[in-house]
Amino acid sequence: MTMLNVERIKLFSTRSPYWCLASIVFAGFGFATLFALVDNGHAAIPYLILRGVNLGMSIFMVLAALAITTEYRFGTIRNTFLATPRRPAVLAAKTLLLALIGGVTGLVVSVGCFYLAKALAQDPPLPLELSSGDDWRQVAGYGALFAIAGVIAVSVGTIVRQSAGAIAIVLLWPLLFESLFTLIPTVGPKVGPWLPFTAADKWVSPTNSITDVFQSSSSGPTPVQGLLVFAGAAAVLWVVAVLVLQRRDA
Amino acid sequence: MIEAIGLTKYYGKTLAVDDLSFTVRPGAVTGFLGPNGSGKSTTMRLILGLDNPTRGSTKVAGHRYAQLSKPLTQVGALLDANWIHPNRSARSHLRFMAASNKIPVSRVDEVLDIVGLSSVAKRAAGKFSLGMKQRLGLAGALLGDPQVLLFDEPVNGLDPEGIFWVRTFMKNLAAQGKTVFVSSHLLSEMALTADHLIVIGRGRLIADSSTEEFIARSTQTSVRVRSPRLPELRSVLGQAGLAFTDADNALIVTGAPSEQIGDLAGAAGITLHELSPQSGSLEEAFIQLTGDSVEYGTSRAVSGQGGFAVQPPPQPAGFRPPGAMRQPPPGALPPPQGPPPPLPPSPLPPAPEGR
Repeated sequence: MTMLNVERIKLFSTRSPYWCLASIVFAGFGFATLFALVDNGHAAIPYLILRGVNLGMSIFMVLAALAITTEYRFGTIRNTFLATPRRPAVLAAKTLLLALIGGVTGLVVSVGCFYLAKALAQDPPLPLELSSGDDWRQVAGYGALFAIAGVIAVSVGTIVRQSAGAIAIVLLWPLLFESLFTLIPTVGPKVGPWLPFTAADKWVSPTNSITDVFQSSSSGPTPVQGLLVFAGAAAVLWVVAVLVLQRRDA
Repeated sequence: MIEAIGLTKYYGKTLAVDDLSFTVRPGAVTGFLGPNGSGKSTTMRLILGLDNPTRGSTKVAGHRYAQLSKPLTQVGALLDANWIHPNRSARSHLRFMAASNKIPVSRVDEVLDIVGLSSVAKRAAGKFSLGMKQRLGLAGALLGDPQVLLFDEPVNGLDPEGIFWVRTFMKNLAAQGKTVFVSSHLLSEMALTADHLIVIGRGRLIADSSTEEFIARSTQTSVRVRSPRLPELRSVLGQAGLAFTDADNALIVTGAPSEQIGDLAGAAGITLHELSPQSGSLEEAFIQLTGDSVEYGTSRAVSGQGGFAVQPPPQPAGFRPPGAMRQPPPGALPPPQGPPPPLPPSPLPPAPEGR
């Protein structure tokens, strides 16, 4: 609890998290408004309404990566380790804080965007309801994705230590690397859907037949498998980060 | 109390600290002296558990730093005043450190007051001048009211007023019975601040003695003698077995007090026009001691004919409890005319115990 509080003070006594959170809200609600209004909301299914929230997830990863890389950039990581020499505890607290912030942000923004689109869209292809578990998964599922993305970004930031490098990785990995990977013949289409960010997208993808048209292929992981792959990747990266952190000179 | 035992640190293939052992005791300011790049900062980082030693170990307050619970309440350190987030306020900077060791927020305001930063506590630390950053760093070191304090070059880049403030500050801490370990590459600064000195060069221990003793045995004294009857004086001095060198119309006699030279000249009936003791500067002494151990040295132009002979490191002398503050030793003298006085060929004279 103490450590969590320390990380909270550190994070919110600088300006960048506020800017990043504001950008996430802006991106999420912007896209939701767009999809709800264009063509009377004819394309307003949750998966598309929330594409802006998906973009917000990248912004959140920048926030999370910066939370650790700025400590290296300005040397405050040493102050932190002087105050708490148990480095795994420091990383655990920082990761937990960002996972919590991510979870809340993802949940609030996605549900907010959903209701905004529901209010604005006049002719959605399917009624915009949050009744079944499947409905909730496609919307509130972003809470889990943000939390796990936060863990990945903090781990990458810890391993790389440089802001530019860490940001490049957390942005290019989902946006560029995984989409290019699927272009590789034979291996790409088989392995591609199981890569962490592609798999994570399954967790918020529609499964019913009407919206199958928006899905590139029906192969690959189920939503739950997708979430597990994403969480597994985060866990592996985090363990690597702890080992590196423990071994390295601060 | 800080202990280092056989401390060794390699960065890749570079040896930064080489089998260093020493003890820093409470109730005194202990200076940690060495040229740039001699391993002072590395040693401090090793003591504080920021870097892992290749071999050897360190203990602070009886434990490895990593094993201390609430370390800020036992050890305070200022290694680099620039370890601050430029957009974070001074108060927030201290607040997160305080929170991590369950130090009440009231203490944050207290230390800000001690270092005189209360009025700018809410301002972003990145806008601070170097002096203010140093003060903020000192405030951080004092947060937990620790018994052991480490400062790495705390007066670097400060104006005279700031230097005086830091110096007084460290002496006061030592007077309260705390262990104060402060590094510097300036012997003249340490002469005014430290009671005890640990001197290193290229990561190795060169001396571990009281400041007084270190200065006394490392500064070379010589006597300049002028006389209208120099040739006769030369033979008199030669018969007495004294070493001297010629310097335009004068002799520089080494290894003898001015009294002895005056008496010799008087006994031989030689008139003297000048008889002046000259003591080498602290900087010269320091260069002599660490000359071999400067990592990025230039070929020294002043060395003359083997003038600044490099001396093997003397055995560390036993610890001497700090005495009352000394008068500062004479500062840098103008460079002696002519070739520098030759040094005694032997290692430094053995340190007299219990002087």
